[in-house]
Amino acid sequence: MTDPALVRSSAAAPWGAAADERVRPAGARKRRRQLWSYLFVVPAVLGMGFGFVFPLVTVVRNSFYAGSFYKLSFVGFDNYRFIFGDDVFIRSLTNNFRLLLTVPFMTIVALLVAVILNDGIRGWKVYRSSIFLPYILPAAGIGLTFSVFLQFNGGLNTFLRSVGLSSIAADWLGSQTWAIWSVGGVVVWQQLGFGVVVFLAALLSLPPEVTEAARIDGASWWQLQTKIHVPQIRTAIEFFMVTEAITVLSWVFTYVYVLTLGGPGNSSSVMEFYIWKNGFAQGSVGLANAAAVVVLLIASVLIAIYLRLRARPDAGARL
Amino acid sequence: MKISGLASIPRHVLLAILTVASLAPLIFMVLTSVKSPDEYEQNPAGLPHTVTFSNYVHALVDLPTLTWALNSLLVTVISVAISTVAGAMAAYAISFGTFRGRTPLLMGSIAAIMVPPVVLVVPMFVTMVNLKLINNLGSVILFYSCLLIPFSIFFLYNFFRTVPSELVEAAVVDGAGPLRTLWSVVMPLAKPALVTVGVVNAIWAWNELLIALVFLQDERSRTLMAGLTLLQGRYVTNQPLVLAVATLSILPVAAFYLLSQRAFVRGLTAGIGK
Repeated sequence: MTDPALVRSSAAAPWGAAADERVRPAGARKRRRQLWSYLFVVPAVLGMGFGFVFPLVTVVRNSFYAGSFYKLSFVGFDNYRFIFGDDVFIRSLTNNFRLLLTVPFMTIVALLVAVILNDGIRGWKVYRSSIFLPYILPAAGIGLTFSVFLQFNGGLNTFLRSVGLSSIAADWLGSQTWAIWSVGGVVVWQQLGFGVVVFLAALLSLPPEVTEAARIDGASWWQLQTKIHVPQIRTAIEFFMVTEAITVLSWVFTYVYVLTLGGPGNSSSVMEFYIWKNGFAQGSVGLANAAAVVVLLIASVLIAIYLRLRARPDAGARL
Repeated sequence: MKISGLASIPRHVLLAILTVASLAPLIFMVLTSVKSPDEYEQNPAGLPHTVTFSNYVHALVDLPTLTWALNSLLVTVISVAISTVAGAMAAYAISFGTFRGRTPLLMGSIAAIMVPPVVLVVPMFVTMVNLKLINNLGSVILFYSCLLIPFSIFFLYNFFRTVPSELVEAAVVDGAGPLRTLWSVVMPLAKPALVTVGVVNAIWAWNELLIALVFLQDERSRTLMAGLTLLQGRYVTNQPLVLAVATLSILPVAAFYLLSQRAFVRGLTAGIGK
């Protein structure tokens, strides 16, 4: 029943190359072959058009306008000129870049934990589960917990004082110096486990032969990790670093909103918070749009790298 | 593999410290939630002397916590369902169909996964006002559904392309159309992948704050996360109550995680290579 020639032709495009191929004119056949594909992508294309393309185009256009949501007038580059002269925006931008420092820190710690877990240390699955748990919990609930935990007379400081470390019991959320770093600390607390899981998954998929061979050649543990294991999971490391860089530059609104509300005195504001505050609390829509475009430009550079990493032909082969 | 570069004890110590650090804030949250406000005042860090569930009763009876949780559940279930169906159909067409724009659609999806929502939220707010959907769960459902499509496409495409094409061809030879083949041949095989997409997307939708906060301003129409932040401002002197609601918001996710850990890890590490 299965004519090999038919199977071969349908391998490229299963439908439309069916048995009645001979009787249909070529044009109709071609159209039919493709029609279902187009129909199948319609919902997704509409959704992404509405949810991504339309707002992206609008935000760029509206960044050259000022006024309220409903009455906009063209102002050229005034919004951009304003935000780059605005101390609060510069502070926000700087804070996002400060948070970037968490990325190498998390990468190193997560790598260390992953290679240790990869050694099959006893109870590694329990450790992995506990360290990964924070990553999936809602940042709002977590942030709220930390906003209580990190108060001057909250859980952490009470604990520190009780063990005689009152000298390091800082006002974590209430001091201009500390607030943004406390936000960074919560980000690390929540994101570290993601790195561990990504690195460990990559390590576990490495062929054991290479490790075996290196060991027979007398490689030490340290050499094995730095010369054999870590270089082989380079893509995973790059993926994690890019993902986290995007996260700390443009996905940390929840932490700031719940932990500090950008305070004290805007000292822990980030670009997202600046956008929210101008757009929805102060009604300076033009500034919010211009700041959003700045975030978009910064994110685009990283998204391009992310795309290159994830769209590699061999990526995604392991499920 | 027993290798002695780092002796076993320091390694366990390192892992134990990280485990304690990961769990301590959660334990603090739960312990605080069963203290009375007075006791919390006296004893913020230690074990409670008397365990009280009055905060939970207060949260569930006097505050709209249950309404918020139900809103979150509705938003999560509907947007995951819509995005999974739309994503599965598109991923299937990308894997087995031929159409113009196949590669741009796939690349666009991968890029869209990382587009920060904050960039989209201002124009979308205006759109939702025009659609008269502000303070209506429909606004959040609509936007979440759109935002979850790219990851669904990307992940399901990665799975579909591992489905042997002979299976699809056999169904075609037997006269099944594309919809039929997707539904009765490919979907049953893709169950683990569908579970993974569902779990990852559900947790994202449940956890989302910014969009919910902006679109749902009315107290009763809020999702649990947006409602939670409302309590934070309102009950500054009653931390145990706020943390009881925080516990309630985290509990379903933690339980879900323990049940679906494998699916989750698979979802987050897919497509990374080595």
